[in-house]
Amino acid sequence: MQLETLVKNFQNKDEQAFEALYNMYSQSIHGVVFNILKNDDLADEITQDVFIKAWDKAHTYNSSKGRFFTWILNIARNAAIDKTRSKNFKKNKQNLNADFFVNIIEASDNLDNKTDAIGIKTFVSKLADNCKKLINLLYFKGYTQNEASETLNMPIGTIKTRNRNCIKALRELVLN
Amino acid sequence: MDIKAYIESGILELYVAGTLSEKENKEVYALMQKHPEILQEVLEIESAVVKLTAATSAHNPKKTIQHLKQKLGFKNTKVVSIKPKYNWLTYTGWAAAVILGAGLLWTVNRNNQLQSDIKVATINEQLLESEIEKANNNLKDAKHLISVLRDRNIIAVPLAGQTVYPDAYAKVYWDKNSNNIYLDVQGLPTPPEGKVYQVWSLTLNPLSPTSLGTLDDFNTDANKIFTIENTNQSQAFGITLEPAGGSATPTLEQLYTLGVVETNS
Repeated sequence: MQLETLVKNFQNKDEQAFEALYNMYSQSIHGVVFNILKNDDLADEITQDVFIKAWDKAHTYNSSKGRFFTWILNIARNAAIDKTRSKNFKKNKQNLNADFFVNIIEASDNLDNKTDAIGIKTFVSKLADNCKKLINLLYFKGYTQNEASETLNMPIGTIKTRNRNCIKALRELVLN
Repeated sequence: MDIKAYIESGILELYVAGTLSEKENKEVYALMQKHPEILQEVLEIESAVVKLTAATSAHNPKKTIQHLKQKLGFKNTKVVSIKPKYNWLTYTGWAAAVILGAGLLWTVNRNNQLQSDIKVATINEQLLESEIEKANNNLKDAKHLISVLRDRNIIAVPLAGQTVYPDAYAKVYWDKNSNNIYLDVQGLPTPPEGKVYQVWSLTLNPLSPTSLGTLDDFNTDANKIFTIENTNQSQAFGITLEPAGGSATPTLEQLYTLGVVETNS
C-alpha cells in the first residue's frame, strides 16, 4: 500500500493503518526518545504516549506541511524534551550531553541481529565528529538550522551542505 | 528550475528533519508532486533516517503493540495477520472447489458405472449371438434330419435294448448313396466315466464285427444323433460300452443295443 494512502487511512481512524505505521516508525521514535532521555522504561512510556497523541490528533496532520514521519518525529522530540523538564526527571538527572546516538549504537549489542546494524555501525564509526554532532542535533534533538549553526559555530550554508553529504553517505550504507 | 541543484542544496534533508519554515515546507511539497525525482530523493532520505534512528533503539514494536491497542480501545487486539482475512470470496471459493470436486468424483463414478454396464451388455450380446448360432445350427441339423427321415432311399434300422440294459434303444438311418449312417442314440443312458459307446457294423454268417468308431461326444451332443461313414455291407448294427479309446473287438457282455438290417429289397 502507498504510504500516502496508509496515512490517509490512519487519519480516518483505520486501526490497521495505525498498526502498520506503528510497525514502520515506532522503533525510530523510540530511538529518538531514548537518545534524549537515556532511560529505556521512560522511552517505552513516551513512545506509547507519542503514538496515542498522534492517533488523537491525526486530523491535524497535513501532508502539505511536511512528511508524516517528520510530524510524528516532532511530536516525539517535544514529548521527550517535556519529560526532561519534569520534576521527576530532574531528580534523576543524567548528563544529557555526554553521549550522542553514536555511543548508543556502538554500545548496543542487540544491533548485531539487525539487518542494517553492521552498515550503521560502520557508518557511525567513520563519521566525522562534525557530522555526528550535526545529525544528532538536526534529527535526534530537533534543532533548527539557526540553533545548530550557533551550537556548532558553523555558517548556516555549511550546515545544509555538510548535512547533505553526511546523509548521502548514510544512504549509501543503509539503502544499497 | 535546476532540479539537480535544488536537490544538491541539502534542503530536502532539512525538510525530513523538520527544520524548514512552513512556507518552505509547502514549496518542497509542491515540487515533490511535480518532480518525481525530488519525491524519490525525499523518500530515500527519509528511509535512511528511519533506519538510523531505529538503530539506536532496542525497542520491539511487536511486543508493545498489543498493550497500546488495548489502551486505545481497538476492537481487534489480536495480532493482525499478514495473511488476507477470510471473506465471502474465500468461502465461496472453497465451496465452489468442494462442489466441483464432488461433481468430478460423481462424473468419474458414473463413467466407470456406464463403462462396466457397456461391458456387461457386450458380453450379453456375445452370449445371445452364440445362442442364436447354436439354435441355427440345431435347426440346420434338425432340417437335415427331417430330410434324411423323408428320404425313401434311407434304410431305418431300430436297435433294441439287450440284456445289460433292456430299456436302451437306438436307431440307425443308413443312406447307402452317401455311405453314411445317422445314428440316433437318444435312448442310451449316459456312459459311466472312463467308458465310451462304440458302434459296430456286423455281418452275420459268420458273425464278424467292424468298428465304426466311438461316440466320444456323447455327453456334449445335444441331438444325440451322430453321422458316421459306413462303406460296409452291414447286416446288423450294435453298440457296446467299451473303455475310453475303444476296443479292437466288441465286449459282448456290454452290448447295449443291437438291430438287424431288413433286406426286403
